[in-house]
Amino acid sequence: MAVCVAVIAKENYPLYIRSTPTENELKFHYMVHTSLDVVDEKISAMGKALVDQRELYLGLLYPTEDYKVYGYVTNSKVKFVMVVDSSNTALRDNEIRSMFRKLHNSYTDVMCNPFYNPGDRIQSRFVCLGRAFDNMVTSMMIPVC
Amino acid sequence: MSPTQWDFPVELCCRPMAFVTLTGLDVVYNAVHRAVWDAFCANRRADRVPISFKVLPGDHEYPKCRPKRTSYEWYIPKGILKTGWMNKHLNLVPALVVVFYELDWDEPQWKEKQSECATRVEIVRQSLQGRNTKVAVVLIQKKTPLPPGEDVMASERAAALCHACELSGKSLFVLPHTDHLVGYIIRLENAFYEHAQTYYYTEIRRVKSHKEFLNKTTHQLLFVRHQFKIAFFSELKQDTQNALKNYRTAYNLVHELRAHETNILEIKTIAGFINYKICRLCFQHNTPLDAIAQFRKHIDFCKKKIGSAELSFEHAAWMSKQFQAFGDLFDEAIKLGLTAIQTQNPGFYYQQAAYYAQERKQLAKTLCNHEASVMYPNPDPLETQTGVLDFYGQRSWRQGILSFDLSDPEKEKVGILAIQLKERNVVHSEMIITLLSNAVAQFKKYKCPRMKSHLMVQMGEEYYYAKDYTKALKLLDYVMCDYRSEGWWTLLTSILTTALKCSYLMAQLKDYITYSLELLGRASTLKDDQKSRIEKNLINVLMNESPDPEPDCDILAVKTAQKLWADRISLAGSNIFTIGVQDFVPFVQCKAKFHAPSFHVDVPIQFDIYLKADCPHPIRFSKLCVSFNNQEYNQFCVIEEASKASEVLENLTQGKMCLVPGKTRKLLFKFVAKTEDVGKKIEITSVDLALGNEMGRCVVLNWQGGGGDAASSQEALQAARSFKRRPKLPDSEVHWDSITIQASTMIISRVPNISVHLRHEPPALTNEMYCLVVTVQSHEKTQIRDVKLTAGLKPGQDANLTQKTHVTLHGTELCDESYPALLTDIPVGDLHPGEQLEKMLYVRCGTVGSRMFLVYVSYLINTAVEEKEIVCKCHKDETVTIETVFPFDVAVQFVSTKFEHLERVYADIPFLLMTDVLSASPWALTIVSSELQLAPSMTTVDQLESQVDNVVLQTGESASECFCLRCPSLGNVEGGVATGHYIISWKRTSAMENIPIISTVITLPHVIVEAIPLHVNADLPSFGRVRESLPVRYHLQNKTDLVQDVEISVEPSDAFMFSGLKQIRLRILPGTEQEMLYNFYPLMAGYQQLPSLSINLLRFPNFTNQLLRRFIPTSIFVKSLQSNDTSIAILHSHV
Repeated sequence: MAVCVAVIAKENYPLYIRSTPTENELKFHYMVHTSLDVVDEKISAMGKALVDQRELYLGLLYPTEDYKVYGYVTNSKVKFVMVVDSSNTALRDNEIRSMFRKLHNSYTDVMCNPFYNPGDRIQSRFVCLGRAFDNMVTSMMIPVC
Repeated sequence: MSPTQWDFPVELCCRPMAFVTLTGLDVVYNAVHRAVWDAFCANRRADRVPISFKVLPGDHEYPKCRPKRTSYEWYIPKGILKTGWMNKHLNLVPALVVVFYELDWDEPQWKEKQSECATRVEIVRQSLQGRNTKVAVVLIQKKTPLPPGEDVMASERAAALCHACELSGKSLFVLPHTDHLVGYIIRLENAFYEHAQTYYYTEIRRVKSHKEFLNKTTHQLLFVRHQFKIAFFSELKQDTQNALKNYRTAYNLVHELRAHETNILEIKTIAGFINYKICRLCFQHNTPLDAIAQFRKHIDFCKKKIGSAELSFEHAAWMSKQFQAFGDLFDEAIKLGLTAIQTQNPGFYYQQAAYYAQERKQLAKTLCNHEASVMYPNPDPLETQTGVLDFYGQRSWRQGILSFDLSDPEKEKVGILAIQLKERNVVHSEMIITLLSNAVAQFKKYKCPRMKSHLMVQMGEEYYYAKDYTKALKLLDYVMCDYRSEGWWTLLTSILTTALKCSYLMAQLKDYITYSLELLGRASTLKDDQKSRIEKNLINVLMNESPDPEPDCDILAVKTAQKLWADRISLAGSNIFTIGVQDFVPFVQCKAKFHAPSFHVDVPIQFDIYLKADCPHPIRFSKLCVSFNNQEYNQFCVIEEASKASEVLENLTQGKMCLVPGKTRKLLFKFVAKTEDVGKKIEITSVDLALGNEMGRCVVLNWQGGGGDAASSQEALQAARSFKRRPKLPDSEVHWDSITIQASTMIISRVPNISVHLRHEPPALTNEMYCLVVTVQSHEKTQIRDVKLTAGLKPGQDANLTQKTHVTLHGTELCDESYPALLTDIPVGDLHPGEQLEKMLYVRCGTVGSRMFLVYVSYLINTAVEEKEIVCKCHKDETVTIETVFPFDVAVQFVSTKFEHLERVYADIPFLLMTDVLSASPWALTIVSSELQLAPSMTTVDQLESQVDNVVLQTGESASECFCLRCPSLGNVEGGVATGHYIISWKRTSAMENIPIISTVITLPHVIVEAIPLHVNADLPSFGRVRESLPVRYHLQNKTDLVQDVEISVEPSDAFMFSGLKQIRLRILPGTEQEMLYNFYPLMAGYQQLPSLSINLLRFPNFTNQLLRRFIPTSIFVKSLQSNDTSIAILHSHV
């Protein structure tokens, strides 16, 4: 499934990045960071479209030789970025969408947690806080491990 | 093998154009020929036909045509595409050979010339034997030709020449060398172009005709070759649609070839060529999506066709080239007007090309790491007899061998070794950097700043690998701030680590220290052991020693670096580095906080500097100084500890100069503000923290303002948002996040210890000298000096108020315009403790309304702060709002002598002016006197004496006066006649004797004066008595310049009998008066109607009895008879 999942704050700093442990972590960090160029552009293109009609799913951000990078932006401008192996043709747009929706739900749970301070990095070491989110992300990345 | 082995051949990349050779032109010595040649070459723009011309001698040897094959049955091709083929058809085998020959139609030696020309044509034909190349003849003539059909000789001779040369009429041309050379040339080349197209058409047919002889088993390669040739000829024919179609077919055929390790390179090479052609044509046809799709297909096909594992770097090189070439094509198309987008632009292809170049480098590094003793094989297996390969993409040591089995494994091994050794000499970094910088340029264009930064990081890293540390550092330093500002710490740490290595290897002290500071800081994601190592190195550097080398550095480079560091140590001087921290995230954080937003000048100013270190081990700083906007305070806020260099590490946990990681250190500073700075802001402009000392090396961290670095604003925001409860800490410690920076404070004056009271009786009355009593009492412990009073209208109110408000200390005289609205700095003297003084202040307000008055008392007092004697200036102010009101309202009205209200008065006829003064003051007023000043147009009837002198009016009481006036003539002024002024002189009843009297002048209203033709006034007693004669005299005055006819009649009344003229008509001369005497005899007592006098003026019909009534009484009181009043009795007896 996904090889890298990232949550980016409104101010574009990372709140959470998880990538497959087998590969160079830095590479995915760069990939997620560069994908923000496209996210920014897409958000500014959306402009002042009616908030309730806005599509949160941004679709394929950009293809690289080996990976596909997908994006999703919440109404509060928190971005989700997901990197998928290019060779994984089984993943359709609909699956990606539903994965993002799952991610969004989990993120909402984190936000609802009274012990979470919005804008802080999501860390799995806080048991009740990041652990559930982390587990969900792990479930999205399972077949790789 | 050239280093450009992977570059596409020039003949592949150029746009194929029909090849036409021109013979018989002597371009060196013949000016006419030169001009003709120039006309062919010059200005070959897009509107000219695509032909490539070449001048060759008439006897030029064209490449020999191989004998035609009659059967392919036993023919086995040795490769796909010969290396010389494209060039042959672009530059060697012409589609048309043109023979230029100077010959005019009227040439006298026609026969000889004709045969010479025929010979030349024959020579050309000879060398083109077996080819389909066309031949054409152009006659260069001096004369302008006649219109076709008119020159009989010309047509005859043309026919003869064609016959002699075996040419068709279409291949013979005439070029008159006249003015219109370019025009003729363009017509000529269009004709040439047609010939060339016919030639390429026949070539295509020829190649196609081979097809039927081929079979699928042995001639697979020929299928590709022929298809490629057809496509290429189509391109030469400028039939790009068919060319594209044929290239696509050729591309599919390539992938049908049986691939094996031995021929995979050839297949990929040809596939790459064809793919290039297809993409190029797609872009040319403005179908970029087709080009992209083709390229993707191509890459997906070939990605996995690595071939020999020992030469896998070749595959990476080939892949890199494919991407680069596509990027170039894409970029070229954009320059010609194609629009690209953010997610689909040439940058991605250059980036991928760079990625494969990096992979090539990696593979080459592992595959080509032969020992130095391994010699390059001799003889060179890569050498061929001709110096070039026969077929594209084959191995030089086994050219033309199609077998998949290696006939000579030893030879193969040597060949591979040769390639590997060659690869070792390739400067990979250079290629990678070029590709990356191409990509950077593209991403910059397509709004991808982060992608650009990423590529620049890669460039920097590549420069690092290429040992160009200066350039590496420059690039890395440039992009660092992007990652820092967006808070991508992992990426920043990685970049910093490389930058630290670069600065170590170059022994760049300042950079080395800066990067170390940040890598130790909270933004760094390094593990503690790494941080420990860096901290140790940093301390070494500060002690003027060499740091340990960074891990994973090139051993040779480290050796050089160690020498450099050793040299740095021996150099003395300039060992202090000041580093501004606002642009990065150092490992020491600083926050400055004044204890209060303002301080009184008589208390010491206190502030704390909070420091926190994020490094793994405690660190000792040597000096801390704080700078202020007023530099005089700087000297008071320095902490310095004399310590030897060796002590930096010792006794670390003790002393206030030592920062324990994670603990917040608070340093308290205290100083006394200067009295001149009262009212000013004291601001911390910078905080300098020195690490190390001047003996070794010293780093000064410089925080602008009250601290904070590149990351702290975001952290402060986050801390402010947080509603987390912080764990309890011991009293002496504070939470770093809870400290907010307060970098400035105000110096305010000492709190006054006096009281100021105001006593007065509001409201103020307009224009009076309003008395304000100020009482100042000192509650200070010591004597206060130089007490000054500033009092008056508070500045900053309506400017008109300033004009109409005047203040004085002397109430005995009225103040005028020259008095100010505010009295400043009235010296009042000194006050002993507990003493009090009183000051009277008089304010005169010229207009009504409310005003704010300020009473400001300042004084000097000596006081001690921190055992320092200072003179403090204290002040206390009081403001009071005072309402000003009119003291009284004055009402004026005109009435007739009968006290009837008058709208207007009549000229020369007396009337009454009544004034009514109504007190509006809450305090009793004394009207000292009043005066009526008449205007010149008015005269008085009797004495103008004031009737209200010394009248005291309480609130709401009024005083009235009445004056009898006359207006002698009617002013013909619009709006009436001025009456004059009414002046009231008054004061508060409570006011003291010496307070001046105020005169209020009231301008009386104007009155309308009208003329009257006849004035009648009656002379009659004030009352009558029943049955006693009542004489009444009417005076009729003619007020006009005319003689007036007057009809007078008297109506009888029930209450009176009367004697006198009952009805009369008389004349009154101008200005004279007629007297009418009547004797009325009252019959009844009481208030009785008099017999009414009726006057009719013949000249003035408007003069009515109504008007008359105003002047003469209409009734009288009649007393009864029964009265024992003697006087009445006497009168009675008279009757």
